[in-house]
Amino acid sequence: MTELLEPEAPVRRPIPLQAPQLPRWAPPVALFLSLAAAGLVGLLLGWGPAGIAVVAWVLFLVGFTGWAQAIEGRRKAVDRMFATLIWSTFVIAMVPLVSVTWEVVSKGHGIIGADFFANDMRGVLGETNIVTGEPGGIKHALVGTLMITLTATAMAVPVGVMAAIYLVEYGKRTRFARTITFLVDVMTGIPSIVAGLFAFSLLTLIFGAAYRSGFGGSVALAVIMVPIVVRATEEMLKLVPDELREASYALGVPKWRTIVKVVLPTAFGGIATGVTLAVARVAGETAPLLIIAGSTTVANWNVFEGRMMTLPVFIYSSVTTGGKYAAEQEARAWGAALVLVVIVMSLNLLARLLGKIFSPKTGR
Amino acid sequence: MAKSIDVSDVNIYYGDFLAVEGVNMSIRARSVTAFIGPSGCGKSTFLRSLNRMHEVIPGARVEGKIVVDAQDLYAPGVDPVAVRRQIGMVFQRPNPFPTMSIYDNVLAGNRLNSKKMKKSEADDIVEKSLRGANLWTEVKDRLGKPGMGLSGGQQQRLCIARAIAVEPQVLLMDEPCSALDPISTSAIEDLIHELKSEYTIVIVTHNMQQAARVSDETGFFNLKATGEPGHLVEFNPTAKMFANPDNAATEAYISGRFG
Repeated sequence: MTELLEPEAPVRRPIPLQAPQLPRWAPPVALFLSLAAAGLVGLLLGWGPAGIAVVAWVLFLVGFTGWAQAIEGRRKAVDRMFATLIWSTFVIAMVPLVSVTWEVVSKGHGIIGADFFANDMRGVLGETNIVTGEPGGIKHALVGTLMITLTATAMAVPVGVMAAIYLVEYGKRTRFARTITFLVDVMTGIPSIVAGLFAFSLLTLIFGAAYRSGFGGSVALAVIMVPIVVRATEEMLKLVPDELREASYALGVPKWRTIVKVVLPTAFGGIATGVTLAVARVAGETAPLLIIAGSTTVANWNVFEGRMMTLPVFIYSSVTTGGKYAAEQEARAWGAALVLVVIVMSLNLLARLLGKIFSPKTGR
Repeated sequence: MAKSIDVSDVNIYYGDFLAVEGVNMSIRARSVTAFIGPSGCGKSTFLRSLNRMHEVIPGARVEGKIVVDAQDLYAPGVDPVAVRRQIGMVFQRPNPFPTMSIYDNVLAGNRLNSKKMKKSEADDIVEKSLRGANLWTEVKDRLGKPGMGLSGGQQQRLCIARAIAVEPQVLLMDEPCSALDPISTSAIEDLIHELKSEYTIVIVTHNMQQAARVSDETGFFNLKATGEPGHLVEFNPTAKMFANPDNAATEAYISGRFG
């Protein structure tokens, strides 16, 4: 009887931990083979490069997945297939970025030089100034972009940061604060031309008809910037732990001083990053500036008086004038585009740098 | 300079929710008072109401009287900032200011209140407070380094140094050792013993041994039932509390036969 009661001990075979794997050189080799096959057939049948790329992609997707299926099994094959799809979407996303950068650099770099930054376009016809013989440049547009953006930043940053402080520190959970947050979200998506029209009608009401100045452009850009700055600052202030505020209150520090001395310094890196990105965003605005800041050929440092040129408007007007000197104008437009891209990229790099410098340190 | 605290008929609310009900007690000056009890019974909430930190949370309010030095903390016209300058607090998790050095963290209470002081005076306060918190020998060579670079136990002692640098009359501690290892815990318990001679200390702890080791008097908080407000079950000298408590529930909790 005892023999029957004792269950037979099941034999436990060790689960194999090793499985056949594709070698590390398999993906590049598969890519090379599919490209070669597609290229060969494509050249014989006379397809363009796009057709060859598509056929090579299909070949790689099917062939490489099949190869993995044959050697590694189903799970790994599915993994390889989705890895291929994800890499493909990444490459597709990179195409416009690389192509735009390449286009701007290759067409724009030729004209860049000291003269290009030192001269404006007054009296310039075709290549050079008809009086002095100097080549035309973008000094007036650079000055305009710089002054208008600076003025806009000076207006938008205090308003935006303080609004965010209200929303996070004072208005928490109140209906009023929730309404403002909602309106700020709506304003983030406001078309820039609407901001331009707003500034135009506001300044027309104040200064009378046909008013044009850089300041109007600054107002329009500030309208676009404020919601971006509010959102960025709000998120950063929310990240500051309540424990730090409580630690400060527990030391008998009043609320406003806690905000100024503890909360803002802790969030400073993030706020600086947000502000810089907002500046980069508005530096490339065209439509509102076209309406209110106008267009000119002379460098004008005074934002409150007279028309001002900016880089985006300069590019727009250079490309659209046409006529006898269209080629020269287009070359300058590409140069200005390159300068604008470099400015925006530097601002983005600056934002990263600021974030790094001002983030709280651990000292480790 | 230490002060006693008299609490009478205190109810504490979060919005409409009554969290702690009907607390009466008298906390003696220059002694350590410990609060024990299960999680969620309102010990920390009650502690935070002692220096008006409770109302920092939106919708939170306190009813009743808490009298320190013949002044009701909740009388109309009382400035919570002034209350907190008298009654300091150390939190459960160490929270040094991340943008400040060790030196500036200790001086934060003075600096943030824009007290003007000479360099030598500031140096004295820093050294005195760090010595008081048993941290001086460990950090005296790196006072300029960020406070976040210290270990958890050191950070907590830095927070204690920061709290005593403003020379409060009462020091509240909300589970100051719960995030620390036994060695740091022991360092902080020694510190509490030393601070007792100058400060009135109120400490919330989950560790019954710790309450028995450091406190002179103990309050046991409990919930009547889940969802009901917490209340003070028993308040007695620690020796009596742990040897011969008045209340059966206290005995059950202390001896581990709870529930």
